[in-house]
Amino acid sequence: MQSPKFLWLALAAGFVLAGCAATKSTAGGSPAQARGQAVSEADLLAWNIDVRTPDGLGLPPGSGSVAAGKAVFDAKCASCHGAAAAGGPVFGSMVGGIGSFKTDRRVLTPGSMYPYAPVLFDYVRRAMPMNAPQSLSNDEAYAVTGYVLQLNGLVAADAVMTAASLTAVQMPNRNGFMVDDRPDTAATRCMSQCTPIAGK
Amino acid sequence: MTDSKSSRLVSAARSELQAAGSITHDPTRRAMLGRTAAAAAGGVAALAGGRAAAATVPVPASNLALGRALPETEYGMPSKYEAHVKRRRTDVLVNRQNFSDWSMTPLHQQHGTLTPNGLIYERHHSGVPDIDPQQHRFAIHGMVRKPLLFTMDDLMKYPSVTRFHFMECSGNGLTDWLKASSKTVQQTHGLLSCAQWTGVPVSTLLDEAGVRPEATWALAEGADGAAHARSIPMAKLLEDAMIVYASNGEMLRPENGYPLRLFIPGWEGNVSIKWLRRIKLGDKPWHLRSETARYTDPMPDGKWRQFSFAMEAKSVITSPSGGMNVRPGEIEILGFAWSGLGKIRTVDVTLDGGRTWREATLEEPVLDKCLTRFRLRWKWDGTPATIASRAIDSTGYVQPTVEEIRKVRAITGFVQHHNGVFPWSINAAGEVKNAIA
Repeated sequence: MQSPKFLWLALAAGFVLAGCAATKSTAGGSPAQARGQAVSEADLLAWNIDVRTPDGLGLPPGSGSVAAGKAVFDAKCASCHGAAAAGGPVFGSMVGGIGSFKTDRRVLTPGSMYPYAPVLFDYVRRAMPMNAPQSLSNDEAYAVTGYVLQLNGLVAADAVMTAASLTAVQMPNRNGFMVDDRPDTAATRCMSQCTPIAGK
Repeated sequence: MTDSKSSRLVSAARSELQAAGSITHDPTRRAMLGRTAAAAAGGVAALAGGRAAAATVPVPASNLALGRALPETEYGMPSKYEAHVKRRRTDVLVNRQNFSDWSMTPLHQQHGTLTPNGLIYERHHSGVPDIDPQQHRFAIHGMVRKPLLFTMDDLMKYPSVTRFHFMECSGNGLTDWLKASSKTVQQTHGLLSCAQWTGVPVSTLLDEAGVRPEATWALAEGADGAAHARSIPMAKLLEDAMIVYASNGEMLRPENGYPLRLFIPGWEGNVSIKWLRRIKLGDKPWHLRSETARYTDPMPDGKWRQFSFAMEAKSVITSPSGGMNVRPGEIEILGFAWSGLGKIRTVDVTLDGGRTWREATLEEPVLDKCLTRFRLRWKWDGTPATIASRAIDSTGYVQPTVEEIRKVRAITGFVQHHNGVFPWSINAAGEVKNAIA
């Protein structure tokens, strides 16, 4: 007894669905309606934290000395990174490794790896300390960046980091990168009498 | 008993046997499945002999009881008997904290090509934020004519697009280049998932903002504690990138970027910025930590390859795979193949450690930048064997071996972009092990 009613409902539902489909396809054929709200760069200032390298575009005003950086590091960083960034309970050493890339054991630290010093400022400001990211002032970020660079022997103990001085630091790995040039392998589709896979 | 029915039973028993060997993390379940499989195999043997089973097949208890009532509201969960199917953190490179960490998809337990949302692999740099979509904002600025700010409501009103694509971490396989460190395919290849992604083409939103002609790169940045960011070439953003809010039919899970992420088809997962808060256009790349000190590839002479975005063609046998046990006889080899540069054209399988290869069957649909299933039936005679797969994509690129990759790159430390042919060894006892080295 119920089937005619169900049939009727199904047909009604079908019409509704067909209606939806028709509306959708019409909308899809026309240009998307603009939904974004105009915003100014000034409104986005607090978000606009990126620093580009090598030119340092985006580095803010401010300054910080290596000595001030040690104080910031000891208070806010050493509990994870260890004293003098030598490695701690959360992260390994951030010192050394310069010259290791031509050996079998490459040691990656900000000193050995970063091509440009402002990269470190950018990362510290956006992501550190891990339990309170974006909590450091620009002066603190400059200072702690200077301290880590000094621990790596890249700036003097009395250095003061600013946008200009940080951008001027010569990092040992500045010429260490090459842009993707793959495909770089030369495998062919061998089907018989092939070289065995080197594994077990 | 018709032939087709008995062959169905045989294949069911066989798949149970394979499943029994596949459970590596729950000995209780393994033992239970083992008993079930033995019982099933016994029954099949009796049927195959044309004799009636000694005891009648009992009516299942589920036929004799009222099932669970429907709750008023519910988000359906997998059966309690599937509770062992889980993402797992790396058990090889154990991290000292679990905020910048990763978890892996159980590829050997995935059916079909789509990864369920709760099993999509994770890589976070500062943990998982819980973002209120009503509060979330997404900005486009920099080298545009008109900087724009969007709410989630705004974004979800655009005509949506839905696409099937895999996503793979550039670090997938990094513990297993020159040493067999991992046991299971979840640990060797599980930084890989595939989903149906729904969102808005990035090009639609960039058009609205008005791209200035000098813009050639863009910075994409997340709203997480790492403010994880990458530089991405404009050409790729305009070609096929999406701003995604849903996967597999529902809003993204928090760990996959809820409420909004970038999705860059075919490229290493870390450029598909989760919890996306802005895209800023510029005329050069930024050279951030995540594209210099991380996510770069060691090369000969102490160099590093940068911006190696595309995930080149790759494949792996998921069954039988590490930690499973097989028995002599018919084995159906199953696996996944994928390419970040196109469709999978061919997958070949070797059963003799790479000396000879035969073409596997690809399961439809074979989609662009999507997981593709392959299969090959094999009668294993019980002698030790080494099996592996090799993918060829629509560009003609052939998946290399680790030896072939070593000729052109430096394999030292934890190396990204391992798309090497991956062998599993099977010993006389039927134990399947990682045989990469």
